[in-house]
Amino acid sequence: MSNIVSNPIIPSGPKPKKFITTERAVVYSVLCICAAFFLFPLYIMVITSLKDLDGIRYGNIFVPTLHPSLGAWNKALFHACTGLYCQGILPGFWNSCKITGPSVIVSIAVASVTGYSLANWPFKFSEGFFTVLLVSSFIPYVVMLYPLVLITRWLGIYSTLPAVILVHTIFGLPILTLLFRNYFSSLPQELFKAARVDGAGYWRIFFQVFAPMSIPIFTVAVILQVTGIWNDFLFGVIYAGPTNYPMTVQLNNIVNSMEGVKEYNVDMAATILTGIVPLSIYFFSGKYFVRGIAAGAVKG
Amino acid sequence: MSLDRPNPLFRNLSSKIASLPMMLIVLGVFVGGTAWTVLFSFTNIKVLPLFTPSDWMDHYSGLANYQRLFTTDRWMSCPAITKIGTPDWQFSCTGAFPNMVTYAILAITIMISVGFLLAVFMDQKIRLEGMFRTIYLYPFALSFIVTGHVWAWILSPEYGLQAAVRQLGWTSFHFGWIADRQMVMYAIVLAGIWQGSGFVMALMLAGLRGIDDEIWKAAKVDGISTWRTYLQIILPMMKPVMVTTFVIVASAAVRIYDLVLAITDGGPGISSDVPTRYIYQNFSANLGQSLSASTVLLVTMAVLLIPWIRMEFGKKG
Repeated sequence: MSNIVSNPIIPSGPKPKKFITTERAVVYSVLCICAAFFLFPLYIMVITSLKDLDGIRYGNIFVPTLHPSLGAWNKALFHACTGLYCQGILPGFWNSCKITGPSVIVSIAVASVTGYSLANWPFKFSEGFFTVLLVSSFIPYVVMLYPLVLITRWLGIYSTLPAVILVHTIFGLPILTLLFRNYFSSLPQELFKAARVDGAGYWRIFFQVFAPMSIPIFTVAVILQVTGIWNDFLFGVIYAGPTNYPMTVQLNNIVNSMEGVKEYNVDMAATILTGIVPLSIYFFSGKYFVRGIAAGAVKG
Repeated sequence: MSLDRPNPLFRNLSSKIASLPMMLIVLGVFVGGTAWTVLFSFTNIKVLPLFTPSDWMDHYSGLANYQRLFTTDRWMSCPAITKIGTPDWQFSCTGAFPNMVTYAILAITIMISVGFLLAVFMDQKIRLEGMFRTIYLYPFALSFIVTGHVWAWILSPEYGLQAAVRQLGWTSFHFGWIADRQMVMYAIVLAGIWQGSGFVMALMLAGLRGIDDEIWKAAKVDGISTWRTYLQIILPMMKPVMVTTFVIVASAAVRIYDLVLAITDGGPGISSDVPTRYIYQNFSANLGQSLSASTVLLVTMAVLLIPWIRMEFGKKG
């Protein structure tokens, strides 16, 4: 250690380039201009939500108000009207939690076990089913929308929470199964064989050997599903029923409610509130989010 | 392996039981549901659903639904297309399906070009790469409904960008895309690009980083400039990434619904209607139209998958 410190570092290699060249300047300005374009709507959302109605009517959309107030936020959360009810977006928030929680758990439970079966316990036709499952993820979901209405009606759960949970589980299955199958296949097979020799069965290997090693892939799956399900609109509107409408549907109803003056500040506060959950997940999860969306992009 | 061979049906029994939900979903929903939609699109199904083969036989109506679909102006109307060969001919169609095609073509071209260029700029060993990446990618975490309402507000002619610029003194400034029948789809494309370009950039950047360093060294030795290397050597090598991106963006474009709903809800009039909205709105009164329109989307998607299928399976043949 002291050897390295005491030896002076002799400069070698070519002379360092000048830090700012024209090329670098161009690169950085393009990146900054694009960054400004991407940040612009976020800025507009935040400053609009802090204005009052006069500030919107007589002010400029780009200019933040001098007297920011949280009045619009309060109204968006607790008092904004969606047609008949004026309870704000908060009920939608709880509904979204009620939908997202069970949907994430059920879909990941089903998909992880299926992926484990396909990777380690293949049976006749299992690859065939998997191929069909993958091809299905490209089918536009409208094709299956009406059949699913019929199926959930037949099961007697149409327009309830279980229906929307079922639908999220179904449409999450292809991509999650792919994710888990590939992950479990990449684990060393010696591990699986050793557990088999020691007498562990299907479930024991899954819970005591594989699951503890698979925290990263479970994290990716949770992030993928929470963002995807939270952001869903159509399944919520069709299968959940009016009393269980998720936050995205409530937001849309608040913005489109035609009573009185259009309150853009309340709309924007409600919009930020709806986006805040997936945004926080995005900012705190970093590389897991990128992995998740890269895998989830083909999701039906 | 036990010596007495048990019934093969019970081999891996736990695995089979655990996969049962997947098998039921594949057969019941993905295969069954799709087949039901396609098959009953050839019947005069109206409101009540039909199930059995004899129902199908009794109500079979051939291509009637499809004929009606393509003569419905709301789905597709190409007034000048019958005048092919005459000077009056022009290729302009209106309706839900052409709107989706417009959106798809623009979104695919712009997102892939912007995404690739951004990725190239990000690949210049820049400082603060993480920060730039975070900024470009955050819209992708948002719901289409959220994106839609923000852009509807920004583009609102009354208080938005147009009003703001006029206030600054340029009183003749005109930017009323979302209230203009001719331009409204471009407003939706703008919002779509804002949401998705960062994601395409992330895919492209991963592709760029996956390219062997030896290629760069060889290009340097041959004295090829950086930008020409990107254009003439790296771009052709990125073909698999490009095809994947194309399929992802195209399949999202075919499904477009939430974004339109939030920005215009199909308006003004029905000038920004899209297929999913048409299908959804016909569920209650005109199921035959919904089912045939769904089938058309299915076929469209199959056509868009051709480049990917050729890439995946073409090598072997």
